[in-house]
Amino acid sequence: MTTTVSNSQMDGAQALVKCLEAQGVEYIFGLSGGSAIPIFDALVTTGTSIQLILVRHEQGAAHMADGYARATGKPGVVLVTSGPGATNTITGIMTAHMDSVPMVVLTGQTITPMIGKDAFQEADVFGLTMPVVKHSYLLKDPNDIPRVVKEAFHIAATGRPGPVLMDLPKDVSSGAFKGDLNPPMNLPGYRPERDININEIKTIADALGRSVRPVILAGHGAMIAGASAAVQQLAETLNAPVTTTLLGKGVIPETHPLSLGMLGMHGTAYANKAVVECDLIMSIGSRFDDRIIGQASKFCRDAVRIHIDVDEAEINKMIHVHHACVGDAKAVVEELLKHVSRQDTDEWLRRIDGYRQKYPLRYGRQGGLKAQQILDELYKMTKGNIVVTTDVGQHQMWAAQFLRTVRPNDFISSGGAGTMGFGFPAAIGAQFGRPNDQVWTIVGDGGFQMTLCELATACVAKLPIKVLVLNNHYLGMVRQWQELFYDDRKSGVDLIGNPDFAKLADSYPGAKGFTLKRSADIRKILQRAMEYNDGPCVINAECEKTENVFPMIPAGRPLEDMLIDRPRTKLEKPTGST
Amino acid sequence: MTIQQSTHTLSVHVANRPGVLARVAQVFSRRGFNIESLVVSPAMDGKFSRMTIGLSGNPDGLEQIIKQVGKLVDVLTCVDHSDDSAVVRELALVKVRVGVEKRTEVLQIVEHFSCKTVDMTETSMIIMATGASEKVDAFVGMIRSFEVVELVRTGKVLMARGDQPT
Ligand SMILES: Cc1ncc(C[n+]2csc(CCOP(=O)(O)OP(=O)(O)O)c2C)c(N)n1
Ligand SMILES: [Mg+2]
Repeated sequence: MTTTVSNSQMDGAQALVKCLEAQGVEYIFGLSGGSAIPIFDALVTTGTSIQLILVRHEQGAAHMADGYARATGKPGVVLVTSGPGATNTITGIMTAHMDSVPMVVLTGQTITPMIGKDAFQEADVFGLTMPVVKHSYLLKDPNDIPRVVKEAFHIAATGRPGPVLMDLPKDVSSGAFKGDLNPPMNLPGYRPERDININEIKTIADALGRSVRPVILAGHGAMIAGASAAVQQLAETLNAPVTTTLLGKGVIPETHPLSLGMLGMHGTAYANKAVVECDLIMSIGSRFDDRIIGQASKFCRDAVRIHIDVDEAEINKMIHVHHACVGDAKAVVEELLKHVSRQDTDEWLRRIDGYRQKYPLRYGRQGGLKAQQILDELYKMTKGNIVVTTDVGQHQMWAAQFLRTVRPNDFISSGGAGTMGFGFPAAIGAQFGRPNDQVWTIVGDGGFQMTLCELATACVAKLPIKVLVLNNHYLGMVRQWQELFYDDRKSGVDLIGNPDFAKLADSYPGAKGFTLKRSADIRKILQRAMEYNDGPCVINAECEKTENVFPMIPAGRPLEDMLIDRPRTKLEKPTGST
Repeated sequence: MTIQQSTHTLSVHVANRPGVLARVAQVFSRRGFNIESLVVSPAMDGKFSRMTIGLSGNPDGLEQIIKQVGKLVDVLTCVDHSDDSAVVRELALVKVRVGVEKRTEVLQIVEHFSCKTVDMTETSMIIMATGASEKVDAFVGMIRSFEVVELVRTGKVLMARGDQPT
């Protein structure tokens, strides 16, 4: 039953729903509880067109909102109850925060007079989440809801995006609303954008004009800013190669002759070699994460280093740069395009092509089923015209290497946080946001088990998501480190007790399981998965158990120390972060 | 060998909202900076507050911290005034246990440092010292030869000289 409400008799929760509608919200991912009941009730009483997606665990809700946001560029919305409901979202909020993903998280809270008194299901969510949000609010008055919603979406989506939390005490959401539904924002300290400094752009253009071995490093910021076309045009104008971070995959098509693919710890050998030998590196919207620079003091130490970023606090954080420009990546690159011309880089590109020929991404064909081969075939069958989300581990790196990304926003992965359990719920969010695209999620047998309860969520919505479980029966990435750096002493990595993932899928209504054991069956099984569209399907691919990801730069080592293949000598324990 | 230590005084202009102090403090604690003194009070316009933060420690990374504080949604400006010409002042209250015998001696010091006695009993007095931190330090150093029972300092407040904004 739905009843229509007029402004005069609204409560806070109903005003909230009206404001979310005004923001263009299509979906809310959530799970209810005592302090959130008024808000869930308002989803009914307002007769809103916003769809509630009921999850099975609040972490899943946060990753779904995240996947939705990354796939569409629009903020994802989460709604959960107080206490444990809210704390269950924290991993997801942190994941979004690390990767600059716009998200608005609505948490129920105990009634205001009980706050701070250890009320039932009370947690200081405002305090608990403070380090992992872009901003947060604890509401005290129903009449503040419209302003705060407006500010929350504005903050989440502008400048460097990020998650914003609204903690809503139950007496606020159920209190009478007498305010203005469309008040002005009040954010005197928030200046997400600022004017681009043309002199800085000219200085950068001059430096580019003097470079004969340039490399463009494109990151997530370039994607978020919608700078893909501009970056590609810049690369073509300069005739300069482009490498990307994990989250930058797709900024320019990885099929483009100037694309070097991903750099860093498990990047392509030719991207890393190009970065080592370049005379100029220009980052557009990357934060020089430790996974791509290795040892900071040695990164491009003889090259001219340039940084374009919307977040001033990123400049000179990891890498000291010679030139920087703070601003939106698209605006900066478009301005830069007016001042640059083609460089004589033919010899440089020839040298890089030599590395491309000599050190292509490769894998051994002998032994058991190879995860890399499955991904390679999936790429060949789809030509990259799919949305891919990944979990975290070896399979993630293989997916990044072998699934070339040809459009922006098509490769979705937890980069900064490296959150296991992210991939599958993120795929659910992505599929809601992109109903006409084929969505694949590449997961490990470890991480999938952290959030596979959301199979129910995908079944209810009949989402035709293809879950590819690259099952090596190990926490493979950790096992790889133990093998390489800890004399192959396996400690806590054996996943005995795995379910049969295909049978597990079959037990959900509308889901289907496939089993893949032989490389000869790869295409057949992938094809059948592509043809199954009545709900999610899960391919349990029984892979070679002890395959390793290469190339590899041990954490904290300079890019020069890249291992193209399994080393013959024993390696020292890595000193870099994790 | 001594590690190069330096003191910094930051002036942070913030919107007067719940949580803003915690957010600012968090940026410093996360990077291992120790806040030596902190004064928060309403700014000229009551919707805003002014924080004056005294820091000591390795200045490495301070530039980045200032930018991180500056980008907090509720922060309007965060300026390091350490090298600027700025007026820096603080106030200290010192309670000294002192009887009649030594009172004159104490009062001589009070007069020398242009301090004020703001409370006096048979057995004790409270002295208020104001001025630049070095002066307050010097006064506290002298008065310690008597029986100091309590010492409270406000921490530094600062204002940029001339036309420069704080
Ligand atoms: C929540 C969480 N816990 C632990 C880790 C550390 N970790 C990184 S990769 C990995 C192994 C993942 O195993 P699996 O999901 O089976 O993927 P595989 O590496 O085998 O492909 C672990 C434990 C993590 N990234 N996230
Ligand atoms: Mg595994």
